[in-house]
Amino acid sequence: MTPESALTAAVFLPLLGALVISTLGQWPNLRECVTLLVAGGLLAVVSTLVGPVISGERPEVDLITAIEGLPIGFKAEPLGMLYALVASTLWIATSVYAIGYMRGHGESNQTRFYTCFAIAIAAAQGIALARNVFTLFLFYEVLTFSTYPLVTHHGDEKARRAGRVYLGILLTTSIGFLLLATIWTWQLAGTLEFTPGGILAGHASPTLVGVLLGLFAFGSGKAALMPLHRWLPAAMVAPTPVSALLHAVAVVKAGVFTITKIVVYVFGLDLLRDTGANIWLGYVAAFTLLTASLVAMTKDNLKERLAYSTISQLAYVVLGAALANVWSVIGAAMHVAMHAMGKITLFFCAGAIYVKTHKTQVSQLDGLGRQMPLTMLAFGVGAVSVIGLPPLGGAWSKWFLALGAAESHHLVLLAALMISSLLNIAYLMPIAIRAFFVPVPSTAGIEPAADGAEGGETAAGDGAEGETRAMATGWQEAPWLCVLPLCATAIGCVVLFFGADVIYELLLPMFPGEGALP
Amino acid sequence: MISQHLPILQIVVPLLAAPLCVLLRQRHAVWAFALGVCWASFGVALALLLRVMNDGPLVYELGGWAAPWGIVYRLDPLGGIVLLIVSGVAALVLVFAPRVLDQEIPADKHYLFFAAFLLCMTGLLGITITGDIFNVFVFLEISSLSAYVLISMGADRRALLAAYRYLVMGTIGSTFILIGIGLAYMMTGTLNMADLAARLGDVHETRTIRAAFAFLTVGVSIKLALFPLHVWLPNAYTYAPSMVTAFLAATATKVSCYLLLRLVFTVFGVPLVFDEMRLAAVFMPLALMAIFVASTVAIFQTNVKRLLAYSSVAQIGYLVLAFGFASQAGVTACVIHLFNHALMKGALFLALGCVAFRIGSVDLEDLRGLGRRMPWIAALIVIGGLNLIGVPLTAGFISKWYLVMAALEQREYWPVAVAMLFSSLLAVAYVWRIVEVLYMQPPRPSDLQSDQREAPVPLSMVAPTTVMTLGTVVLGVYPTFTVQVAQRAAEFLLGVAA
Repeated sequence: MTPESALTAAVFLPLLGALVISTLGQWPNLRECVTLLVAGGLLAVVSTLVGPVISGERPEVDLITAIEGLPIGFKAEPLGMLYALVASTLWIATSVYAIGYMRGHGESNQTRFYTCFAIAIAAAQGIALARNVFTLFLFYEVLTFSTYPLVTHHGDEKARRAGRVYLGILLTTSIGFLLLATIWTWQLAGTLEFTPGGILAGHASPTLVGVLLGLFAFGSGKAALMPLHRWLPAAMVAPTPVSALLHAVAVVKAGVFTITKIVVYVFGLDLLRDTGANIWLGYVAAFTLLTASLVAMTKDNLKERLAYSTISQLAYVVLGAALANVWSVIGAAMHVAMHAMGKITLFFCAGAIYVKTHKTQVSQLDGLGRQMPLTMLAFGVGAVSVIGLPPLGGAWSKWFLALGAAESHHLVLLAALMISSLLNIAYLMPIAIRAFFVPVPSTAGIEPAADGAEGGETAAGDGAEGETRAMATGWQEAPWLCVLPLCATAIGCVVLFFGADVIYELLLPMFPGEGALP
Repeated sequence: MISQHLPILQIVVPLLAAPLCVLLRQRHAVWAFALGVCWASFGVALALLLRVMNDGPLVYELGGWAAPWGIVYRLDPLGGIVLLIVSGVAALVLVFAPRVLDQEIPADKHYLFFAAFLLCMTGLLGITITGDIFNVFVFLEISSLSAYVLISMGADRRALLAAYRYLVMGTIGSTFILIGIGLAYMMTGTLNMADLAARLGDVHETRTIRAAFAFLTVGVSIKLALFPLHVWLPNAYTYAPSMVTAFLAATATKVSCYLLLRLVFTVFGVPLVFDEMRLAAVFMPLALMAIFVASTVAIFQTNVKRLLAYSSVAQIGYLVLAFGFASQAGVTACVIHLFNHALMKGALFLALGCVAFRIGSVDLEDLRGLGRRMPWIAALIVIGGLNLIGVPLTAGFISKWYLVMAALEQREYWPVAVAMLFSSLLAVAYVWRIVEVLYMQPPRPSDLQSDQREAPVPLSMVAPTTVMTLGTVVLGVYPTFTVQVAQRAAEFLLGVAA
């Protein structure tokens, strides 16, 4: 397959998949087969692009040139490749997980669910591979609308209200700011093509650069910069695979990816640094990452705590982009991948716990490690990766981000990074620790879940907790289709630690003429 | 050669066909005849548009009488595209017509309906093609009078009151236009638009010409339903028969907008209108108010037809805003939106016609769970709604893109660009009210039972609705046609004025 046709296929394969899936409502097994096949095929297609991109090729293809000078087309470059890879890899894991979750939970409207999911993935690929801001904006909006039915999946009053917040904030920002910034840039620069070194240099005054950066940064509402973060906790009403899609696979990553890509290829790092228009954004990001961490500590609902954790981690990426030097941007891009792998593990675990025990609060998880050891172990791994400790992937991205902050001599921002990492430990680790080291509370007890006994290979307990809690000591995991993906992504966190040099090599050609590792 | 006489055929064929309808009387025959006439008109309009796009403006002298004595038809790309809108929408609406008419209008009045419909179309086409300003008034009266008749044929008795109110407002508008024409004639002694434009230069500082311009502008604004002269529109659209609403919403206000462009840019010229009379200072605030007030009112409507009617008032605001920029980019945006909005509103009102045909109501209350009961039509309504918001890959987005471009081109108008973008959020609000009712409220059990008894919506109604809706998507993905025509139209319009 030539790189050009692979570019087209990366967007149209999931779309085609969506079309087929929508007709297979009668045959659920066949439908899920198609989902998995398309997901596997997509990863294969995207993988064929990695080699050429690392070797310096920039394959490009135009679909339509509707407006003079503004083609809808795709171009593979390092940053987009990384995001495309993340989305397509995690789609497989999420699909497997979704099959386990949606069936284990007896959800309705599953055909609509898988169809919209596939469209969302196609949109994510379009965002990743867009050759200009125009194409990126098109797919950005497609992503918003295709995820709306997913967020409101349950269709009740609560879901409807969440859907309003979701659409309200995402559309307000994208139409009000992002589209404005896009058209404005087109007016100023006469092009919207993503170009190494940027396109705005010499076309805009420093003030205007600052205004445009603000419009782009807040226009990418999916990046959930405070105060535009409310949609993310609201969207928690959706089924857990959707949360995984929002938080790890596609949606929020689309936001921070957009900011990073625009910083690198529209503004250009030099322009941003020279005008000094970037620093205020760094402080907004630092504020967001600290505040969100603090809020996360107060949340007892597990998914809500994870949501605020995501807001905080996204701000890392924005901070990296805002610092606008080579290390910070590499750290930002890497954090997209690392955080995705870690956070998806955490969400899979939260969903597995819910499917099995219907528990939603952190305070209810005491002693759960004995009942669901694999799940809670994976949770621990994911948590450590999000915190950023070796030997897990998250360590590298935070390393580069810290390096970038140090190089830019903004020590306040560096301090914010460090403090936030400590806060991460404070709100994530207790969950895993409680599960393993706090005994099951004797008053509440754990009622063995009535549904789905297939997960329980009842192994002999260690008996240390006494015979009254014998029920709790047996292994009672969620359906294996849920457990398998979360184990896989947990292992993925480890693999990313040792495989980070591949990502580094992929990303470095973003900056032609810049140096290698210090 | 018959092709030389296409401009007159465009008018004469439907004009003569109207009385023939009355003679034919038998309702199926009348429908088939009217359908043939409309499609023939569409073919002629298409041929004319292609010709003016290739060869530039064309002039046709009626009966071979040259300009000062005879009436002249004059067509440029702007006129061509409006002809195409009017005849194309009419052709599709007539395909849609027979089944819905059986339900909404007594069978013995069908021939009168088709006669009035063809007359209305003739009037709208005539305004567009003629180069004689008094002829404009004549055609305006033809289209208006037949439009009053069409609206009054609505099944609901309130249609009579709506038609009467439109009649009063519309007559005031026509009278103002006639007074304006009279004053201009008094000062210049000509009714030919090209001559008028040439002779106005000498007398443009007189109070008479300014009064003439003021009368004409206000008169056209009433016809255009520019806020706050829009009060006739919501009721007229709500109570008219489904297909009349679709036809008028897609064409009547568009032709009025055409007339505004023609009067300002071809006849009076930019220096008089924008520099001396400062029309932009009046129109821009009114347009912005139209957008914000009407969109807000739309959010609180419970009848979907009325909701879309208020949305139309808001969209007219966008047209006037683009017109007010008085630049080439502005006129381009105006023409693009003119075409796109005709298509999307036509599609939406046709879809509502399908809904009304099946469930007998377009109240939000009754549309609950329609996504399950009529999945295809509901999906078309959603696509139409996305157009109104201006979501990418729909024609509405192309409109928005060029509107904002035009605003940003003149630096001092950037707040207008921001306002325009944020006003789309009001559209999100009123569209999403519909979407939530369609998809997120369960249908009433009684509705599901009646669904099993009732026949599905016939293909003759679904097909035109689908064609128009998908047309908006095609033009959203591939807008080359609209953009090119609009750019040519703007070039000719401003070239003449300069």
